[in-house]
Amino acid sequence: MTMDYQNMTSMQMDVLKELGNIGAGNAVTALSKMLDKKVNMEVPRVSILEFREVSEILGGAEAEVTGVYFRMEGDISGNIMFLLPVDSSNALLDMLMGTYRDNDKFGEMSLSALEEIGNILTGSYISSLSTMTGMNIKISVPALAIDMAGAVLSVPIIQFGHMGDSVLLIETHFFEGKTHVKGNFLLIPDLESFANLLEKLGVA
Amino acid sequence: MTVGITKIGIAEARAARDPAVLVTLGLGSCVGVCLYDRFKRIIGMAHIMLPSSIEIKNNSNRAKFADTAIEMLIKEMLGLGANKGRITAKIAGGAQMFSFKSANDLMRIGERNVEAVRRELKKHSVEIVAEDVGGSYGRTIEFYSKNGELHIKTIGHGINVI
Repeated sequence: MTMDYQNMTSMQMDVLKELGNIGAGNAVTALSKMLDKKVNMEVPRVSILEFREVSEILGGAEAEVTGVYFRMEGDISGNIMFLLPVDSSNALLDMLMGTYRDNDKFGEMSLSALEEIGNILTGSYISSLSTMTGMNIKISVPALAIDMAGAVLSVPIIQFGHMGDSVLLIETHFFEGKTHVKGNFLLIPDLESFANLLEKLGVA
Repeated sequence: MTVGITKIGIAEARAARDPAVLVTLGLGSCVGVCLYDRFKRIIGMAHIMLPSSIEIKNNSNRAKFADTAIEMLIKEMLGLGANKGRITAKIAGGAQMFSFKSANDLMRIGERNVEAVRRELKKHSVEIVAEDVGGSYGRTIEFYSKNGELHIKTIGHGINVI
């Protein structure tokens, strides 16, 4: 059975928002422990976007971003991406690594640290979704890219492009007080998983 | 004279008469196909996402696929007065943004898009006169009707004019 995003009710939207909330809440707790600092998050946004609108969410297609990409498989399949503007990546690395930070802009140590941060945060995001919905969800190993937002996002968009012309985005922002670390989780369930997801959540 | 700059978004295609600049921002694994009739100075650009419309059920957006987008773009240029025998192509993009240890087909999408574009252009007897494809980085491309130049900007990989 396929389902069209356009016909989604506001109740279904709310449930998906809550899903993003719980996942990101758990991830933000993990980040807060890692940094030993308080991290705040905003109420997630659920939106249905045309492909070309997706890269606009991060300050335009040319804005430099860090993206850690995962494929999700199991009871629901789809793409998940942890995204942060490049200055936030720098701030995060400074906080985490301090004087151990390599000198060049993004050396091997920094890249591997960013990949691991993405892995830990996305892992906690998915594990809380899995617990709440009772669904079995696995994520792939992380893959990292630092480049233009449009280019980084082209990967999950192309994957989704096999199925439709618009994507469902559950987007969560979080930030750390003075240092302005801003991050986003993009959860893009595959079209065929979408009905399944709503059913498991009891709002089909 | 002011030149209108037109942005071509993902899965869009458009042709234009001189003077015009067609731009795609942040091209990743997609391929930007730029067609030019140097005599009439008619240009066209397609931002192609996937190799083929054939194995896809939901294929109503013709600008999304290499096979249908190129055909559509050539037709649009002919409609503006271009001559098919004069149309040449420049292509850019098709990067592999993420490297996975297990290189499955989905991850090789950039390369597959480039292959499909080459095949489709050949089918229409359009010669590729220059290209900047592959790699693992994003590209912003600007295509100028006045001289057919394609300017390629990157983050950390310089500027290339082809």
